[in-house]
Amino acid sequence: MTDEHGGHALDTVEDEPIANPGLPEHLPRPTDVDEAAEKRAERQVATLFGLSALFAVLFCVAYFALDIGDNPDVFLGMGASTVALGGCIGLCMLSLGAGLIQWSRKLMSDHEIVEMRHPAGSSEEERAEAVAAFQQGVEDSGIARRPLLRNSLLGALGALGLPAIVALRDLGPLPGDKLAHTVWKAGMRVVQDVDGAKIRPSDMQVGQLVNAEPEVFFEKNSDGEPMYEGVELQQAKAKAAVIVVRMDPDDIKPWKGRENWGVDGILCFSKICTHVGCPISLWEQQTHHLLCPCHQSTFDLADNGKVIFGPAGRHLPQLPLMVDSEGYLVAREGFTEPVGPSYWERG
Amino acid sequence: MRLITRKISARLSTRRRSRYAAPAVLLAALLASGGLYYALSPAQASKGDDASTIEQGRALFQVGCSSCHGKNAEGIMTAKGKQYGPPLVGVGAAAVDFQVGTGRMPLAQPGAQAARKKPVYNQQEIAALAAFVASLGPGPSVPEISQSDVDSADIVKGGQFFRTNCTACHNFAGSGGALPGGKYAPNLRGVSAKHIYEALLTGPQQMPVFSDGVLSRQDKVDIIAYLKKNQETPSYGGFTLGSIGPVSEGMFAWLVGIGSLVGIGIWLTSSSTRVKQTRKGDA
Repeated sequence: MTDEHGGHALDTVEDEPIANPGLPEHLPRPTDVDEAAEKRAERQVATLFGLSALFAVLFCVAYFALDIGDNPDVFLGMGASTVALGGCIGLCMLSLGAGLIQWSRKLMSDHEIVEMRHPAGSSEEERAEAVAAFQQGVEDSGIARRPLLRNSLLGALGALGLPAIVALRDLGPLPGDKLAHTVWKAGMRVVQDVDGAKIRPSDMQVGQLVNAEPEVFFEKNSDGEPMYEGVELQQAKAKAAVIVVRMDPDDIKPWKGRENWGVDGILCFSKICTHVGCPISLWEQQTHHLLCPCHQSTFDLADNGKVIFGPAGRHLPQLPLMVDSEGYLVAREGFTEPVGPSYWERG
Repeated sequence: MRLITRKISARLSTRRRSRYAAPAVLLAALLASGGLYYALSPAQASKGDDASTIEQGRALFQVGCSSCHGKNAEGIMTAKGKQYGPPLVGVGAAAVDFQVGTGRMPLAQPGAQAARKKPVYNQQEIAALAAFVASLGPGPSVPEISQSDVDSADIVKGGQFFRTNCTACHNFAGSGGALPGGKYAPNLRGVSAKHIYEALLTGPQQMPVFSDGVLSRQDKVDIIAYLKKNQETPSYGGFTLGSIGPVSEGMFAWLVGIGSLVGIGIWLTSSSTRVKQTRKGDA
């Protein structure tokens, strides 16, 4: 296609009106033509490899020389060991990589190779051959002529699925109604999380927030063992955690039937977001809004935990409160609806 | 004298079209108004006994606070029924000590939230203001917390209380965080033990109250000790990037980490190692 003769007749129409420029001319690198440059590049690469080895050794030195644990060495307010180990291994890798790139760019051979594209599909003959071979196989096996073999093979393959079903059965049993209930029940005290302190209404001021739990998590059974511990405690706690807030009673607009769920403006709500179950206690005492930091669902606690913003689909469940004979806050009854995120069976 | 003035004004007038003239005039005006404000702002007063402290607090209040909170701290409502400045009867000395002692009050300008800044009043004036507000109605008094209280506190329990009650807004390291509508939970680093205690006790702005009745005095001191210990601890893992979690770390990884890799890649492929190409066919 390239035009070596120069000059075109104006009346001839060519396949390529603009001549194919072809590949650019191959030019040598300075290191190919200048021996001093070649030597210099060689020294650079060797220096980088040497630095890499040096940092590898320094890594080992730092590993043993710098203290960690209770009384660590500190460098600029950071753990000296972490900084030195990270810095050394990083510079070790960086020098190695830089040396390799410099080597390949400056010194390795630089033949330029062109590889033309070919169609990816097989030729028609090859396809026909493959189909013929398959048909031959079907013919040879006689699967079409022996239905007994065919059907028993299909049966065997089907039976292979049974072990999988039996093994995966362990993923069950289905949760049943476990998601619908918490450990809360009528008369159970509402106590502060961490230390289990009982709460009197008079202890709480307007604007107060208490992260609370049912008292049963702090109780012991007749053997002196905790009623709940370990995984069981975590699972029960994940559903039963609540927040107790006190607002000006005039600000609260209870729904019908919820008029007696609070005590002097003290209300109790589930701490588990109804979107995907993050624990929420980010409460703005002046606006009465409770914000979930995960996806910004916002609930208005003065308005029955109604969703006023964000992806949550349901209002925050409220725990009815009352005061027991000793003057402490207790649950009037358990949660009247499932807490936490929605699930299939809930509809 | 008149001659000198005329000379100066003549010289100034020849330069009035200079491009530095407008900024210079602006700077002079700013300095003048700032200087006047500094000169005319409330003067300092000497410390007296209790009744006179309250009286002094009342005087300071009338000058510096009453325009929003009302002459008798009864609060001011706007015509639309919104609160211009809340009533201060019954907020107690602790609230005043926190709000004025951290510079949040007097408010520099109305906004989503009062920001922490350099206190305007000195310690004695803050005490006088606190005494005046405390005299209006019963409220929490300024707590006394000694260093030995903090040193002997249970930081493990303090950490449990902190993670349960505080991290939702103030972040796992006390670095603070955002709230809706331009509000925010402030950074807790460098806040004095007394001011943290007062904030827990009084619930300033959007912060809920954590009264001594539920979260006892010892619990609060434990939380403060945990925070102080946390601040003293060196960051073993290297740069904290503000301890604000995945946002700053992810930004660093994307912009600095991946950005520099892309930059090096572009540089490597675009810079040539060939000898200079001589143009052919130009002759």
